[in-house]
Amino acid sequence: MGYPHPSHPKETVVLSQYFGDAGARSYEGWTRRGGYEGLRKALGMAPDAIVEEVKASGLRGRGGAGFPTGLKWSFMPKGDGKPHYLVCNADESEPGTFKDREIMRWTPHALIEGCAIGAFAIGAEVCYIYIRGEFTEPWNVMTAAVAEAYANGALGTNVFGSGKRIEVILHRGAGAYICGEETALMNSIEGRRGNPRIKPPFPAVAGLFALPTTINNVETLAAVPQIMVRGSAWYKGLCLGNPKSTGTKLISVCGHVQRPGNYEITMGTPMKELIYDMCGGMLPGRTLKAVIPGGSSVPIMTAEEAESCVTDYEGVVAAGSMLGSGGMIVMDDTTDMVYQIWRLAKFYAHESCAQCTQCREGTSWTTRILGRILEGQGTQEDLDLLLDLSHNMTGTTICVLSDSCATPIVSGIRKFRGEFEAYLSGARAPVLAGV
Amino acid sequence: MAEDLVTVTIEGTQIAVPKGTTIIEAAKQAGVLVPHYCYHPSLPSPAVCRMCLVEVEKAPKLMPACVTTVAEGQVVHVNSDGARKARQGVLEFLLINHPLDCPICDQAGECELQDYTFQEGRAGTRYSKDAKRYNPVEDFGPDILYVANRCILCTRCVRFMDDVAQTPVLNVSERGDRAFIGIDEDQLLDHPWSGNVVDLCPVGSLLSKDFLHKARAWDLDKAASVCPGCSQGCNISIDTRDDVVVRLRPRPNLDVNRHFMCDYGRMDYRWLNRGDRVEAPLLREGQRLHAADWDTALDRFGQLLRDAAGSAVILASGRMSTESLGLVRSLVDRLDVTAAVRVPLGEEAPLAGIPHLALRRERTPNADGARLVGYGTDWSAALAAVPRAGIVIVLDAALSAEDVAVLQSARAPVVVLGTVADDWLRLASLVLPVTSMAEENGTYVNRDGRLQRYQQARSQPGMARPAWWVAGEVLGGPGPDADAPATAAEAFDLLARRYDAFAGLSHGDLGFSGRVLAGAGATASGSAGGTR
Repeated sequence: MGYPHPSHPKETVVLSQYFGDAGARSYEGWTRRGGYEGLRKALGMAPDAIVEEVKASGLRGRGGAGFPTGLKWSFMPKGDGKPHYLVCNADESEPGTFKDREIMRWTPHALIEGCAIGAFAIGAEVCYIYIRGEFTEPWNVMTAAVAEAYANGALGTNVFGSGKRIEVILHRGAGAYICGEETALMNSIEGRRGNPRIKPPFPAVAGLFALPTTINNVETLAAVPQIMVRGSAWYKGLCLGNPKSTGTKLISVCGHVQRPGNYEITMGTPMKELIYDMCGGMLPGRTLKAVIPGGSSVPIMTAEEAESCVTDYEGVVAAGSMLGSGGMIVMDDTTDMVYQIWRLAKFYAHESCAQCTQCREGTSWTTRILGRILEGQGTQEDLDLLLDLSHNMTGTTICVLSDSCATPIVSGIRKFRGEFEAYLSGARAPVLAGV
Repeated sequence: MAEDLVTVTIEGTQIAVPKGTTIIEAAKQAGVLVPHYCYHPSLPSPAVCRMCLVEVEKAPKLMPACVTTVAEGQVVHVNSDGARKARQGVLEFLLINHPLDCPICDQAGECELQDYTFQEGRAGTRYSKDAKRYNPVEDFGPDILYVANRCILCTRCVRFMDDVAQTPVLNVSERGDRAFIGIDEDQLLDHPWSGNVVDLCPVGSLLSKDFLHKARAWDLDKAASVCPGCSQGCNISIDTRDDVVVRLRPRPNLDVNRHFMCDYGRMDYRWLNRGDRVEAPLLREGQRLHAADWDTALDRFGQLLRDAAGSAVILASGRMSTESLGLVRSLVDRLDVTAAVRVPLGEEAPLAGIPHLALRRERTPNADGARLVGYGTDWSAALAAVPRAGIVIVLDAALSAEDVAVLQSARAPVVVLGTVADDWLRLASLVLPVTSMAEENGTYVNRDGRLQRYQQARSQPGMARPAWWVAGEVLGGPGPDADAPATAAEAFDLLARRYDAFAGLSHGDLGFSGRVLAGAGATASGSAGGTR
């Protein structure tokens, strides 16, 4: 549901059903709402059968990459005699994304249950949930919920009397964006500097503490109990677009719409319905200019691209962007695109971990050039320079933070070149003097 | 073809390398240098500088050559347009915050940023409108300065301290382009091997205070040598400027010291530049020593040897070459010989990450070579034999006041083959000026029985000659002798004919990394060379 707004008829409410319902936070309240049925069912299944069920559901990673979850789980070695780890990425730091926060705030047990099922499926006894440092309320809610889950036998050395040991350890981040990158996150848990690692080795081979590890997003894991209870066929049936995109997706809509919030849509819902129906359309008197559909790292879409876009993994790619994390930033005609792109670049420059040269230096350099353009000091060569630097920053580094900085710059210049030209020619008055 | 070999084509050259080899190392074998900064063969690879990105056919994007292992049939392009553009991009990014202070930077001339930029960087800057990042110079430790502004964050220094020295005092502090190399509060970079971070730094960011502004890299002459500091025998380069030794640096030898040397060895070079040298042969005439020519001096030495009866004592420095020790020992073969090298002792200082590498307790480079040619290390026993000796030869040994007092009690003539004009030379009947290890060619045998060559780094002072030359001339008897060794290699050939340990070997066999002598154990302290 479009929390904090009431559910819209066009939503498909699965994960967000109890958003705003404080009664769902407790163990007792959660079980009364059907909670932990999925875990009980899973414990009666063979781990491989769980993996197959999730594979059949078509569930894909909700953190941004959209990798098929069951397939990822199947990469974990079997019978290797080593401890395995499940890590839940609850670092949700992608600008524009705020869905995992609500899952943890309102339905902490959905996540714990999903973690327990996932851990069981991949042969892990320990699951770390890495929670973003700034998430004070979700941290408190999760802490209480984990304690309750232990007290009620949903976690511990003998989960629901099955003889299985499943532990959940909460780990609080310290406020670095890059720690949402899965390998940096694992370094952070290990007490190292949160720098992304080189792949290979991939986490399934050598992840957390150099042991086989699977890392999943909050929303992904929270969907797993539903699949266990209602079956993969039901989940797979939640599809309005490409059959490779199934289930529901929480879209965090922010920006210049009437009702910003988290909307749970069936995969394949037209973006136009999301913006104009569920979110109530643009603010009075304004028109849509641009949409960043999947968190700040994905290409910016024009109004036309957004309005004709089908909201699923394939649909957004076809429209020239990516579904990403589902953090949708909607911008209207009053938006200064140059300023917004500068602001995004500034964020990446601040958050670069400083390992790779292109990222460390490129994010800051491009930010300075954009700042200069906003100050009215830009030249035509600066646009070519931005594009060339962006080219050098793309596909050349360990992780994609560098690419993420370049993406809005490239798509911004390509799609909104006129706004840049206005600053260059002096047609638009400088802002940011002295930045 | 062996099963564990992989065939790859790099820049058109097909080579077979062992499975698991990285592209960067395979390229080296194909004769192709992949430009790089963070990669170092003796450190773990973080693949962060992104300089070594190469094009691998069928790969979707450029691959870091330092961590990508070869695959059968792989075709690698180091100089394709894409790889070149990527490198040019990295160079440009590295330079935007790098000061153009090459004229005052010690690294200039041996700077990898300078070299690669010169090779394929942009001619001009596109970063002309913004200020460069500024951070003050930091004092990291007894000999190390950190010039943050020049740092390219390759993290070699951090990894050396973390993984090799295993004393993690350095770190990357801050993020983004604010990042710099930090040092833990209340810590100093004073590990006994910390000087290596200066060599590892590809730019002029970590500097040796000892070498600061001393010489320009292109003014240096380099000689391949062996560290005379201890029995480890680290391979070094002696760098001289205008015939003055200005620094010692490690020279790679994967079997001895990999790419490293300790600070004790690194800093112990000033004795090679001493000005108070014996520069001419000195002959005793009554109460005084008179300068003489070599013919006269050699004749006198021969006469003293022929006149000697009973026993001989040789007090030698362990810094003497095997050739000098061996040939001088030969001079007194007909006598009852007590020969010893002095082995000063110190604290052992291991380099934790490299097995079998340490600053050794035995602070002399050739005690094992000396053992092989008939010397002991029992200094006091040798001293005790001095009063009854028929002749005493001091082979450049540094003598303490007590040693000198014993020498005064000698009834027999004292012949000194020495470098430094010490006061106690007044005791000598004959003083012959010899060269230091920096002024001659020769060999040392390290504690593992590895015979290694060192080469002359500076000219000899005055009339000084290598001690093996002196001994060789005397061995041939009075007058010109065509058979006397004219080079250290010829002197070694004499040893090879005489000592089993060197049998069949010559200088030409040793190359730049030496050769472990047959029969040498993990430590050669027990090995003995029998005479034929």
